[in-house]
Amino acid sequence: MTTLIAQSGPVIPNFGGGGSNSCVRENRTFCWDWFTSHWSSNFQPHLVEHIVLTAIAVSVGFVIAMVAALFAYRRNWFEQPFTIATGILYTIPSLALFQILVPITGLTRLTAEIALVSYTLLIIFRNILTGLREVPEDVREAARGMGLTRNQILWRVELPIAVPAIVAGVRIATVTVISLATVAAIVGVNQGLGVPILDAIPTTFNTEFIAAAVLTIALALVADALLVGAQRVLTPWARGRAAYR
Amino acid sequence: MATDGSAAAELTFRDVTKRYAGRAQPAVDHLSLRIPAGEICVLVGPSGAGKTTALKMVNRLIQFDSGDIEIDGRSVLDFEISELRRGIGYVIQQVGLFPHMNVEANVATVPRLRGWGKQRTHERVRELLELVGLDPDGDPRRYPGQLSGGQRQRVGLARAMAADPPLMLMDEPFGAIDPITRSRLQDEFLRLHRQIRKTVIFVTHDIDEAIKMGDRIAILRQGGTLAQYDTPDAILASPADDFVAQFVGADRALKRLSLVRLSDLELEAVPSQVNGLPSAPRDASLHDALSLLLSEGGSRLLVTDPDGTPLGVARLEQIGARVSEDQAS
Repeated sequence: MTTLIAQSGPVIPNFGGGGSNSCVRENRTFCWDWFTSHWSSNFQPHLVEHIVLTAIAVSVGFVIAMVAALFAYRRNWFEQPFTIATGILYTIPSLALFQILVPITGLTRLTAEIALVSYTLLIIFRNILTGLREVPEDVREAARGMGLTRNQILWRVELPIAVPAIVAGVRIATVTVISLATVAAIVGVNQGLGVPILDAIPTTFNTEFIAAAVLTIALALVADALLVGAQRVLTPWARGRAAYR
Repeated sequence: MATDGSAAAELTFRDVTKRYAGRAQPAVDHLSLRIPAGEICVLVGPSGAGKTTALKMVNRLIQFDSGDIEIDGRSVLDFEISELRRGIGYVIQQVGLFPHMNVEANVATVPRLRGWGKQRTHERVRELLELVGLDPDGDPRRYPGQLSGGQRQRVGLARAMAADPPLMLMDEPFGAIDPITRSRLQDEFLRLHRQIRKTVIFVTHDIDEAIKMGDRIAILRQGGTLAQYDTPDAILASPADDFVAQFVGADRALKRLSLVRLSDLELEAVPSQVNGLPSAPRDASLHDALSLLLSEGGSRLLVTDPDGTPLGVARLEQIGARVSEDQAS
């Protein structure tokens, strides 16, 4: 929290240099002019950083979780240790995890990514494994009976059928990461929409705070909608029908 | 194995035994059977008689402990396992269609595994859908979740026949289907079988289905031993022991009537006055004819061809003679 105090500005600051504007001077709820004039210098770059942070974290998390889940699907003994390890990571408060990593990896994007990836692992791992295990036994038996090999069954039958469960996991992980990535700014990783949020807290400047928060929420909603869309394209068979058994 | 031709294969069980760990009784006990090429052999018996185990040992979904199973004289153990399975049609009760693939992709599974070309596969799928009574223009794009139970089993059947296997394994294929649809699918499969003449092993626990479907019936008893292996008619006429007699039912004489068609009788000439006589088509069974006579209260039945043209008259005594003939034999 020392960081917070160090960054505290005056009680009535010269909000973003827009002093001539009465909306800004009176610190009304939201000043659209100020927002648009600071879009390209402040919000847009931080929004892009936020998207990059999220995309990298979810992609890396997905790859690690997929490899681990496929391994656990073949070797059952692996499930428990991986679940316990990622479960511990998942329960560490995000602020604490960032603070632990800073002395090791510095105030870099890497620090943020390591923390964010660690939050995706448990969710995606569990969903992939559950999706694979929920493939109906008769489907698997028919596949074996027709002479598909174990790998052919995995790639052509089990994984495609598990797609809805896998996408559900990626959706939760993505929204979680978008929300958690704002915390990175608090420990001093100068990236993402957490930066304008953190800026606005000590100065009580409404416009900057609300704009950054709303952008974060909107990003989460848009990302979620895109994933739902991707799933609909990937699984035309799952549309408008009850669960197939 | 002649997997791409339309040939059928002879299947032989030689002294096959399978024990599951921790069970006192074997699942299949020294089973020996020879199923001639092109015939439907029904494995029937109470639960625990090893019917499904026997079936699944053929495509090695279950490994047998001793003995051998041969397809056209070649042990199933000598095949590469995927090759063996791709050459055997496999139909199960729950169908096991791939929910993420449409009907066409489901049916094309084995042809694709075997590397058939697009055009050949596509044509084969159309041919098969027509064969099993589905619409080759509308149905291929549909997903299993959009089909009824009967349609799914038709697709399952088409999928099993896709690469024209000389041998088909069917594990209670119509067991989960409502009685009316089941009866229709049975009829259609028999019609289909007359065209394709594959060797078929068909598992059921329903003796009536066994009598209807089987060229031969193998009755298994608890512990996986073979109680009797013969044609339906021979089993109904002379059950090998009390177990078989009980299993086929006290009404076996009547059941045997269902194996005889009205056209098998010597019909009397059509009388000039046929009004008021109950009538039945010539391919109706004596069982159905008797039922009709009993419910109509008559003693004579007008036999017609499928268009309804009268062919002759069957008398109640003729049917009765068939029943007593059963009892005598």
